Amino acid sequence: MLKTLRVIARSGLRTEPLPSADAARLPEQRLHADLRQLLGRALCIRQVDAGSCNGCELEIHALGNAYYNLEGAGIHFVASPRHADLLLVTGPVTRNMREALLRTYQATPPPRLVVAVGDCGCNGGIFGESYASCGAVANVLPVDASVPGCPPSPAAILQVIVDLVRARHG
Amino acid sequence: MAPVPGFTAVRRQRLSADAWLDQIVQARAAGARLGALWASDARVTEGAYRVCVVLQQGRALDWLELALPAEGALDYPDLSGLFPAAGRMQRAAHDLLGVRAAAADQRPWLRHAWPTGLFPLRADAPGDTAREVGEVPSGPYPFVAVAGDGVHEIPVGPVHAGIIEPGHFRFSVVGEKVLRLEARLGYVHKGIEKRFESFPAADGQRLAARVSGDSAVGFSWAYCMALEALCGTQPPPRALYLRALALERERLANHLGDLGALGNDAGFAFGLSQFGHLKECLLRTNADIYGCRYPMDEVVPGGVAHDLSPAAVARVLADLDALTAQLAQLEAIYTDHPGLQDRFVGAGRVSPELAARLGLAGLAGRASGQAFDLRCDCPAPPYDRLDVRKVVRDEGDVAARVMVRFEETRVAIELCRQLLRDLPSGDIRGPLPAPRSDRPGLGVVEGWRGPLLVALEVGGDGRIARCRPQDPSWHNWPVLEHAIIDNIVPDFPLINKSFNLAYSGHDL
Repeated sequence: MLKTLRVIARSGLRTEPLPSADAARLPEQRLHADLRQLLGRALCIRQVDAGSCNGCELEIHALGNAYYNLEGAGIHFVASPRHADLLLVTGPVTRNMREALLRTYQATPPPRLVVAVGDCGCNGGIFGESYASCGAVANVLPVDASVPGCPPSPAAILQVIVDLVRARHG
Repeated sequence: MAPVPGFTAVRRQRLSADAWLDQIVQARAAGARLGALWASDARVTEGAYRVCVVLQQGRALDWLELALPAEGALDYPDLSGLFPAAGRMQRAAHDLLGVRAAAADQRPWLRHAWPTGLFPLRADAPGDTAREVGEVPSGPYPFVAVAGDGVHEIPVGPVHAGIIEPGHFRFSVVGEKVLRLEARLGYVHKGIEKRFESFPAADGQRLAARVSGDSAVGFSWAYCMALEALCGTQPPPRALYLRALALERERLANHLGDLGALGNDAGFAFGLSQFGHLKECLLRTNADIYGCRYPMDEVVPGGVAHDLSPAAVARVLADLDALTAQLAQLEAIYTDHPGLQDRFVGAGRVSPELAARLGLAGLAGRASGQAFDLRCDCPAPPYDRLDVRKVVRDEGDVAARVMVRFEETRVAIELCRQLLRDLPSGDIRGPLPAPRSDRPGLGVVEGWRGPLLVALEVGGDGRIARCRPQDPSWHNWPVLEHAIIDNIVPDFPLINKSFNLAYSGHDL
């Protein structure tokens, strides 16, 4: 136990400031205020892999590490679409996942946001459209924002989520 | 007997159905392991479909080919009695090409939502887009039912609670105890093999890298190895060393991520946060030396995309020193933590006997006494010049798979040091002559999860005629179903994570 505590103490705080440019307040405070006004609580995200190569999932995972500290910003990944405000969808949407993705979307209470992550989610990417792939997420669901990249960095994903929430807030 | 050109000794034979089966039976009796099984449409050139099997025996790789005349019944002998993992490969070959093994299980595997009778890898398959192919709702799948007092089923997926890939798990349980698990995969089948056929051979590594994003360096290297064999060329020594460095860094990134996630799945969030820090440091160094956190396109035909400056070499070496120290500290904490070990030890055990019978491959295999590692068994350059220590344990439980990851992380750090110390000077990319179209090429690489294999045929126009990437997940998914038996449902996430198998790499 002492060893564990010592490592924790030595690691210190790794969390970096959230992407923002509002000089008046700390970026974390600004984001928290935006989220509260928009949703009345934290932002809950349900991630759906609709056919990705798993590269995007690696970077979405990284959002939870100490550096990006998503939870610290009041953003949670939730286990059920019924608890979610936002679907984070990676693609391309395969024909075999199309129905599951649509059902997940229908189970998410409106107003719901959809963010397409990665080049494949944005436009089908290297896999395109085929007998097995429906291509971009937008071919299956209405998409509110996209994050290009192969895979996009955690910072890029975070930036798009923050911008989308702000834009909705006006 | 026609040798396939390459760095490892590959012997290719075309056989009649009887001789094909005989040879496979004999090889199995002599201890051969199944590398891959796939089919292709060679009607235009040979008037037949082909079923190909790659077997590994010691240093030798045997490529055994069976021709099925296009006018015939398209039936061939079932291999799942010899190699249980072949069962799903045969079902996939039927979904894609319509060749049928004489096996009991004829359920579709990859085909969920495209019409019966459409075999997408046939040269004359109609249409290329979902609209042209037609929409078929995915119907119910006949899972094997377990009957008895108090037995009930728990369906899970394809959309899971965490940030993981999609697949369906059907548990048959009594109380909390699992009697049977059956997986249904294929949800992320995006037609990769068909897609390959639209790529020029010199560009196919980009798609190979995206077969499974966590194994991008491994698959793109295996692809390039197959292509370079067809071109009769080998990258300059410096490029080979830099490829191995990228591959070992990919191993480090995945092992560090898994070690953190395994701690977390056993309720030790400290592990996730600490290993998350170590992995993030590694990825940020990647961003500095490769220009991106995940070097998806680092391995290119004939060499690598980026050279390393002396400053970058120094940076990587300094990082490795810091990582070594922190890793030792965390390993001591994991090993001494009674709560953590209580969850790890004995969970999801696969005995060495069962592992041998089912053909458990790669990292999970080495945790169950299966001492196979391509880096040692048939080392392609530069591994023939490196001192790779094979990590093997016999316990076969989650704890063993954790310990193998710790050990292999240390081995990978040591290999990175060796590679940087002996890094040859010179070019990082050589010329690429036109590839031969009269024979196939094979690339094999020991990725972090296990052996990755790419079989490649190039047409006379320089485009890919057929490319089959094979991930070790094909071998290991069926074994996971055995590992969970008699464990409790809440331990499944931990046991599943300890294997960490690919969905995309399997579903293609």
